[in-house]
Amino acid sequence: MAEKVTEREKQDIKPINDAELTRSGRTYQPDVDIYEQNEDIFILAEMPGVSEKSVDINLERNVLTINGTMKEESPEGYELAYSNFEPGNYLRSFRLSDEIDRDRIEATVNNGVLKLKLPKSQPEQRKIVVKSA
Amino acid sequence: MLLDKRKHHEIDKLMESFFRGWSLDENQYVYPGLNAWKKDDTIIVKAELPGIETDDIDISVTGNHLVISGNKKSEKLKDIEYHRQERRYGEFSRTLFLPFNADPSNVEATFRNGILSVTVPRAEEDKPRKIAIKTN
Repeated sequence: MAEKVTEREKQDIKPINDAELTRSGRTYQPDVDIYEQNEDIFILAEMPGVSEKSVDINLERNVLTINGTMKEESPEGYELAYSNFEPGNYLRSFRLSDEIDRDRIEATVNNGVLKLKLPKSQPEQRKIVVKSA
Repeated sequence: MLLDKRKHHEIDKLMESFFRGWSLDENQYVYPGLNAWKKDDTIIVKAELPGIETDDIDISVTGNHLVISGNKKSEKLKDIEYHRQERRYGEFSRTLFLPFNADPSNVEATFRNGILSVTVPRAEEDKPRKIAIKTN
């Protein structure tokens, strides 16, 4: 018998430097798995309702930001009777400790999960010669 | 990743104030999150199920019970080093009591961008019938 999966409440993000987002509505922090495989870093972020068209990925210096908008509209003419989740945005940033080869970043969205492949750039040979006094 | 068990106080409140006649299963830790809409004799239920394959989702309707269950499988990866593991995997099941008896043969389901949408119509024999009053 596999472990039963239960849900944490979706985590609202904390305002960055006390600044709010311009877009109203709730903003969630997506749950992620991050792992390294060979020379690549993979990020998988759960963003239900987000498609490849409604996600932005930005790498500035070494801060990677993922931002998705949940495009999920209420059925027309229907009345909401019960609710666990609200449409909103997903936002999360990571500081990468490795240099990333920006040109080879790959991103896909499948079944509401964003998958990012971040290849580490090959370290330059920079040997420091220690001079003796 | 062990599952963080947090109570859904908000849901309980919603249940009491918003819609009598709907209730959830006993499990107070719920997965997946559900939204439900109503119009006349149709209910639309949406569930957030990111990262699940269609084949791993089961939907069943019996009387006034709608059950959404399945198994969220984790990828088996070799030679990896995790930095973070926040996503949760395993079996799940949620039961929603509908305000009517459903017509199981006309239930429709779609799955798009990690959101399951189930449309459940009321059974024809469950619909109220107008009784004509005979006059002498």
